[in-house]
Amino acid sequence: MSRKIKSGIKRWFSAEDIYLDEFTSENVHRTEKDEIYVSRKNTPMKDPEAYRSVLGSKKIRRLYSVFAVLFCIAIITFMIITVSFLPRIGSAENAAVNEVMERYIEKGVEETGAVNFVAGMILDYRAFDTFGESCVLFTAAACVFILLRAERDDDHPNAVQLQEDDRYFEPKNDEILKYTARVAIPFMFIFGIYIVLNGHLSPGGGFSGGAVLGTGLVLYLLAFGFEKTERFFTAKTYKAVTTTALCFYCLAKSYSFFTGANGLESGIPLGIPGNILSSGLILPLNICVGAVVACTIYAFYVMFRKGGF
Amino acid sequence: MIGEWIRFGAAAALIGLGLVVASISVFGVFRLDRSLNRMHSAAMDDTLGISLVLSGLIVISGFTATSLKLLCVIIFLWMASPVSSHLIARLEAVVGKKDEGYKRRRD
Repeated sequence: MSRKIKSGIKRWFSAEDIYLDEFTSENVHRTEKDEIYVSRKNTPMKDPEAYRSVLGSKKIRRLYSVFAVLFCIAIITFMIITVSFLPRIGSAENAAVNEVMERYIEKGVEETGAVNFVAGMILDYRAFDTFGESCVLFTAAACVFILLRAERDDDHPNAVQLQEDDRYFEPKNDEILKYTARVAIPFMFIFGIYIVLNGHLSPGGGFSGGAVLGTGLVLYLLAFGFEKTERFFTAKTYKAVTTTALCFYCLAKSYSFFTGANGLESGIPLGIPGNILSSGLILPLNICVGAVVACTIYAFYVMFRKGGF
Repeated sequence: MIGEWIRFGAAAALIGLGLVVASISVFGVFRLDRSLNRMHSAAMDDTLGISLVLSGLIVISGFTATSLKLLCVIIFLWMASPVSSHLIARLEAVVGKKDEGYKRRRD
């Protein structure tokens, strides 16, 4: 066995427990020279010159780092100034201890239109908080992209074979798993969509429903292989869905907060509490959050799987 | 009145039995040496232990929507847990060491 195999396998399992000679023969497809390749190259440092030219000349890079530091300092300053305006933690006169709670409980349903108090809180009164959480998810996914991304290697002479070799790393052609997934996945998707759409009526909402949806996608990938999910979910889909959802969230809630703070009519109907089409912006915002969460979970799995869509 | 007591007794017996199974399986997970044995022990809790506890809860709540949901949970667990055990066993059969198993460390 060559060293290449070992280094390749080491990337996927922590290496010491594995005796490579004990792969059963039906599970290992060897190429001609008895070597197994990991099908995606671990670039981007392959050609240092090209890599440098992407970032521009030395001067621009230095300017870039200076501006990055300045930007961070500006953000930190703003944050600290904001904190200085907050009331002291733990003092009894804080609005959060007295008025806010009562207001939420007494007028929550009337003002937000959501029967589920929690949804009314996190997606109406404190919607920017939730927006921050969704952005954190997006940022985390972006960081994983930066760290783990590896280029696809479709030009490799054994590309098809390498796709087949994926089965060491995941149970792709497992009939039992396939059958179970075929039964379970429709129910999982329906349940996830139900949780997202009923977020303002019953316990649940964007985060939990999105988690169910994302897990369903991961199960689908595990059972039927990457080519099947690749047909409808690529990096482009991820970018489109996530950015659209986040932008819509930001714009819609900014509008609603702007009109609310200035005492204007927002023109968003609240509807009758308890109906599925009610409570103003909460339903679309739940859908946005659910989309972001589902996409992020799936993207995490894909990046940790092989380093690329 | 007596019906209530019978129902309570049945539920308590089911839940207690489930807890016994669960504790045996936790004991097994920490006590056994090899990963296939451990997998067997963990799967026991996932299927029998949890289903006994949940059927106890179903007995308590009677014919309600909650019971239906609990039944769905049982069905889902009985579907998911054996499959995941099967996958673990498959991975172990492919990559595990044949002779030794995983010996516990006694320092």
